[in-house]
Amino acid sequence: MSKGLPETRTDAAMSELVPEPRPKPAVPMKPVSINSNLLGYIGIDTIIEQMRKKTMKTGFDFNIMVVGQSGLGKSTLVNTLFKSQVSRKASSWNREEKIPKTVEIKAIGHVIEEGGVKMKLTVIDTPGFGDQINNENCWEPIEKYINEQYEKFLKEEVNIARKKRIPDTRVHCCLYFISPTGHSLRPLDLEFMKHLSKVVNIIPVIAKADTMTLEEKSEFKQRVRKELEVNGIEFYPQKEFDEDLEDKTENDKIRQESMPFAVVGSDKEYQVNGKRVLGRKTPWGIIEVENLNHCEFALLRDFVIRTHLQDLKEVTHNIHYETYRAKRLNDNGGLPP
Amino acid sequence: MVETGPLQALRSFKYVAFMNEELRNLSLSGHVGFDSLPDQLVNKSTSQGFCFNILCVGETGIGKSTLMDTLFNTKFESDPATHNEPGVRLKARSYELQESNVRLKLTIVDTVGFGDQINKDDSYRPIVEYIDAQFEAYLQEELKIRRSLFSYHDSRVHACLYFIAPTGHSLKSLDLVTMKKLDSKVNIIPIIAKADTIAKNELHKFKSKIMSELVSNGVQIYQFPTDEETVAEINATMSVHLPFAVVGSTEEVKIGNKMAKARQYPWGVVQVENENHCDFVKLREMLIRVNMEDLREQTHTRHYELYRRCKLEEMGFKDTDPDSKPFSLQETYEAKRNEFLGELQKKEEEMRQMFVMRVKEKEAELKEAEKELHEKFDLLKRTHQEEKKKVEDKKKELEEEVSNFQKKKAAAQLLQSQTQQAGAQQTKKDKDKKNASFT
Repeated sequence: MSKGLPETRTDAAMSELVPEPRPKPAVPMKPVSINSNLLGYIGIDTIIEQMRKKTMKTGFDFNIMVVGQSGLGKSTLVNTLFKSQVSRKASSWNREEKIPKTVEIKAIGHVIEEGGVKMKLTVIDTPGFGDQINNENCWEPIEKYINEQYEKFLKEEVNIARKKRIPDTRVHCCLYFISPTGHSLRPLDLEFMKHLSKVVNIIPVIAKADTMTLEEKSEFKQRVRKELEVNGIEFYPQKEFDEDLEDKTENDKIRQESMPFAVVGSDKEYQVNGKRVLGRKTPWGIIEVENLNHCEFALLRDFVIRTHLQDLKEVTHNIHYETYRAKRLNDNGGLPP
Repeated sequence: MVETGPLQALRSFKYVAFMNEELRNLSLSGHVGFDSLPDQLVNKSTSQGFCFNILCVGETGIGKSTLMDTLFNTKFESDPATHNEPGVRLKARSYELQESNVRLKLTIVDTVGFGDQINKDDSYRPIVEYIDAQFEAYLQEELKIRRSLFSYHDSRVHACLYFIAPTGHSLKSLDLVTMKKLDSKVNIIPIIAKADTIAKNELHKFKSKIMSELVSNGVQIYQFPTDEETVAEINATMSVHLPFAVVGSTEEVKIGNKMAKARQYPWGVVQVENENHCDFVKLREMLIRVNMEDLREQTHTRHYELYRRCKLEEMGFKDTDPDSKPFSLQETYEAKRNEFLGELQKKEEEMRQMFVMRVKEKEAELKEAEKELHEKFDLLKRTHQEEKKKVEDKKKELEEEVSNFQKKKAAAQLLQSQTQQAGAQQTKKDKDKKNASFT
């Protein structure tokens, strides 16, 4: 509904329009720049509210992929992130089930709602990654899956009679779990990230961070950052996609200080100081997951969900997908999907 | 991507993918935080700015420019059009407006000369062409290989305000024909212009007549959306008042103790923002404050998709069935590319031929010019020769005269010296005689 206050004056300013080059106009248009002052409230800013209502009605899609060797706590972390039993933990598997011989891709879709906002969340698990003796090219099935989703989207987009809303199964975010060895990245980590940082947004995460002290943590993070830089691996948020100075400073801070996030996941609650918190109970204390002094889970959660979720989707759509599309169309179908 | 070779065959990973068909509904045990998503989305759009394009269709002098000025509280500079336009042409002007942190790129398209010609058969054509051209530009961008849709300035027409003359009777046939041609291409919002010339009771009859005529002729005007609860009610109440009877004015008149936009007549003051006087407030409410986003969305998902579908089918593309899916993408783009290349070649040929023709023409022109120059040169040369001869003749004459003069002078001198000599001899003789007489 409209605000119903047409009389209130809002900050209104007129700015000159720089004539933009228009693509092939039928009637030659010459944008005229005018310079005048608004005399009162028009109501243009209500478009924000209109837009918000529309998006709430249509809902959102979000597809997150978790990659890492088994036992690093991937499923636990995802459950902690979305505060629900999103993934079935590997430890609850039947004892007879062996580690899969190949890299499998399991995508499970859920519908969650919060504050009137409906989200279709898809968690893509990759059991078997890095678990073999010989792990050569184990990233290939993952890369194939990601490209397949782009292909699906492209096919829909190219249709003559298109759906109103093309179902989006593209991977928006890939959490890569780094083993907390304390030394440096493993060759497998580097290879995977090198290949995949070009097709998907990768967010490296240091798993089971409760095995490192604060000094060890910060040293490890520095070393990891350096190694990633030396190897030319651009993880999300990528430097080249910073839109303006504000973004750049904000993202620089995250890139150079916080990332990779050292996280601890848990879905069990304990009583600490009269409050119930998610944590891990050990003989020497309770590690609080959402306590910033203990680990950086809260930072990761805020980063991925509360501030950069939409941006993750947009970078995927505007950049990774467009790159795939351009390549696909240029090669004229040289690469089979 | 996958290098196939003898060694690789030994190590081919079985690719297994699994996706559940039915989505599971999950309940959250705490606050996750994705309810900030709409804000994240809106913030992004705000920083980019919004586009909104309005097309005003109506006769000259019906009040289109004034209404736009009134709606947006500005004076968009423009000279009023004359009635002598030979045809209908569209004039588009773009402006940037800002309110709080929202930047709007507004484009207002005017139909100049609409309804002025004696023969109005083709009046609708430039309008349809303009709308199609904007769709075409978007389609071209969408089909490009390297495209940048997120920074594309959307010039497609989002709303068409159709200005109906306040005759009080019914729609003119021009109105019906034009609206029928436009209803599948753009969101039409019909409005009655200069509504202060109609009395209230007549207005009601006029409105019902117009609406029933539109319905009976199958003209599909824009329907205010009623699917979302928050806006359903207001949209439903407003729809009843269609077409909106508006009055526009940028002049302010003192009413009570406030200044308000109004038109002053000897018999009273028509207040623009008074809902008893006219429907301007309703129009502004519907067009800007409630449905602007929906207008944009309808344009994109309905009108543009229809245009795209027709255009692609026209170009010969078809959606193939799932069996031949691998081909469709490649073939269609290959076909389009070949067609495009063919067209390019044709154009190149045409241009080359035109160029050759032009060169020939220019050559001929130059030759002509050269000939002329030669002639001129010859003429000049001849005149020069003539003049030279004249001068030489004159010179000879002069020389003759001079020599004559010299001769005369010489003769005269001779004579003089002779007389002198004779005189001198005489004097000498005289002197001698004198001297002789003395001795």
